[in-house]
Amino acid sequence: MLLEVANLNIDLPTADGARRIVREASFTLDRGQTLGIVGESGSGKTMTALALMGLLPDGATTSGAIVFEGRDLTRLSEARMQELRGDRIAMIFQEPMTALNPLHSIGRQIAEPLILHRGLSKAAARTQAVKLLERVGLADPARRARAYPHELSGGQRQRAMIAMALSCEPRLVIADEPTTALDVTVQAQILDLIADLGEQSNMALILVSHDLAVIAQNCARVLVMYSGMTMESGRTQDVLARPAHPYTKALLEARPRVSAPRGERLHAIAGAAPSADAMPKGCPFAGRCPLTIEACRLAPPAPVTLRGDHTARCIRIDAAERLA
Amino acid sequence: MNAPPVDPPLLEILDLVKVYHLPRQNLFASASQLRAVDGVSFRVTAGRSFGIVGESGSGKSTLARAAIALEAPTSGEARLLGRAMNLAPRAELRRMRAHMQMIFQDPYGSLDPRQRIERIIAEPLACLDGISRGQSASRVAEALAAVGLGVGDGRKYPHEFSGGQRQRIAIARALITRPKLVVADEPVSALDVSIQAQVLNLMTDLQRQFGVTYLLISHDLAVVEHICDEIAVMYRGRFVETGPSEQLLGSPAHPYTRALIDAAPKLQTARRRAPAPALEGPRTGCAYASRCALVQAKCREEAPELRALADARQAACHFPL
Repeated sequence: MLLEVANLNIDLPTADGARRIVREASFTLDRGQTLGIVGESGSGKTMTALALMGLLPDGATTSGAIVFEGRDLTRLSEARMQELRGDRIAMIFQEPMTALNPLHSIGRQIAEPLILHRGLSKAAARTQAVKLLERVGLADPARRARAYPHELSGGQRQRAMIAMALSCEPRLVIADEPTTALDVTVQAQILDLIADLGEQSNMALILVSHDLAVIAQNCARVLVMYSGMTMESGRTQDVLARPAHPYTKALLEARPRVSAPRGERLHAIAGAAPSADAMPKGCPFAGRCPLTIEACRLAPPAPVTLRGDHTARCIRIDAAERLA
Repeated sequence: MNAPPVDPPLLEILDLVKVYHLPRQNLFASASQLRAVDGVSFRVTAGRSFGIVGESGSGKSTLARAAIALEAPTSGEARLLGRAMNLAPRAELRRMRAHMQMIFQDPYGSLDPRQRIERIIAEPLACLDGISRGQSASRVAEALAAVGLGVGDGRKYPHEFSGGQRQRIAIARALITRPKLVVADEPVSALDVSIQAQVLNLMTDLQRQFGVTYLLISHDLAVVEHICDEIAVMYRGRFVETGPSEQLLGSPAHPYTRALIDAAPKLQTARRRAPAPALEGPRTGCAYASRCALVQAKCREEAPELRALADARQAACHFPL
C-alpha cells in the first residue's frame, strides 16, 4: 500500500483553544490509483491534503497515522519531510500565481527540486526543465523556461506548476483545486494532462475539489467530506449511482440540471454548515438533514459499510434508502 | 432624433465598443489597445432574462458594466427603455438607475464592512427623489423579508453573515428600488453548491414575484440556462452566437458554443477529451479559428459576421454546425 491514513484528527489552535477541523479521516491509496476528496468550504478537504504534505499551519496538531511507503509521516522530522516533499510526494496548488515565486524564472523553479533531490548539475537540471515544460504541452518550452510567472497565462502557469510537481516523478501527487481559477475549456485540458501524466508514470493522484463533476471524471474513488468528517466514501461510480448519505444525495440534487425546465425549483439544502467553533457533538449535518432524529444529535455517526468498500457515516441509511 | 418607438425594449445595446488603453511597453512604442467589447448589439425584452456566457477576458463583465452605465462606452449606445444613457444628464441618469441595479460576484468585497445591513440595503434609494425616512425603513423591511432575512438582521454588520446570506443582502439592496432590470455578474460562483441552489431559487422567485428581468453574466452554462430565456456566447469581445436557451444549448451552431458545452464537467464517470488549447489569436479572420476543430481557409481570411439562422438564432460562423 502506497498510502494509509488511519484515524487522522487535525486540530487548529484558536484564541479559545484548539478546534478539531478534521475528524477520524481514514483512507488508503495504492500505486497509480486515483482518489477524489470532495467537500464545501470548511469541510477540511484542504487541511487533509496539507497534512499529507506536512504543510499544516503553525501550531496545528495531528493524531492518528499517515503511513506513506511504510513510514508514518506524522512522526517524521521536518528535515526528513523536506526530503520527501517534491521528491516522493508533490502538490499542485489552486492558484499558480501565488504558489510560484514571481522573482525566479519558470525554468529555475522547475530545476530547483531536481538539483535538491536528484543532485543534478545546474545545467542538466535546466535542460530537464525544458523537457518537462514540453511534456506538459507548453509551446516553445525553451523560451517559456526563461519567462517569469507573470508573463504566462493562467493555464500556462498551471502547466508550469504541474511540470514542477512532476519533475522528480513523485509516487503521489496531491492536486488541490488545480483548475478552480481556470476557464472551463482550459480546466478540461489541465485535468486531461494530470490524468495522462499520472497514468504514464504510474503515479497515485489525490484530487481535492468542491466540484463533484470534476472528481467524477477523474477519480476512481471518492471521499465526501462535510465539516471535517468523511460522510461517504467508495468507488466513484457507486457513490454517484447510489449515494447513501443524505448529504451526498442533497449535494447531487442541488445542482441545476441540464435541460431542466427553466426556473425549476432546485433542491436547496436549507441553512449553512456549522462553524468550527460551534461544532455539534452529534452528526454535523443533523441541522440541515431532512431525516434527522434525536439520536443523530447525540453522538457522531460511525461508518457503516454498504457494499464492498462503500461506506457512509449515517445512522439513518435505511430511511435514506426508502426516501430515494 | 426619431421619436422613441411605442414599446421600447427594456435594454437595448447598439454596436457597443469599449477600448482600454494599455501602458506602453517602452518609451518609443505606441501604446497598445485592448478592445474589450468590440461591437456588440442586443436587446433585452421585459420578462425574458438574458444570459451572457464567456470565459475570462471575453469582455462579458465590461459589457455588463457598460450596459448599465457604470462604464462609459468608447462608442455605441446603451438604452434603457428607449433612452440613451450615455447622453442623459447626470440627474436624469441618477433617476434611471432606480430601474437598474447590480449584484456582484464577491459577497465579501461588495458590502461595506463598517455599515449596518439596513444602511447598505437603503443606499440605492438615494436615486429616488422624495423618499421619507419612514418609507425608507419600510422598504428595507420589505426587501429583507423578500430575501428571507429577518427585520432584526438589519441592525447587524456584514461580518455576522455567511457567504450565502451576504449574497441575499446584496440581492435585497438590488431590489429596494423595485428595478425592472437586475444585472448579476457571476452571482453564485463564489458560493458552495448547497448555497448556490438557495440563491438561484431566490432569484427565480423574485423574477416571478416582482417581475424582475435579469441580465446574467456567468461562465456556468447550467446556471445561465436555469435563469435565462435568451443566451449570448461571447468570445474575445464579440458575440459568436445568440438565441433562445433551448436551441442554443440543445443544438449549438457555433463550434465555440459546442466546445464550451463539451468542456463543462458533468456528473458521469466516463472521461472525454478536452478541446484543443487556446493559441494566440490571429489579426485577421475569425478570432476562434486557431482553436476551432472545423477551421477552413476562409475562416483565417475573413471575420464572420453575426448572421440570422433558423429559430431566432444568430451565429458568427462561416460554417455553422
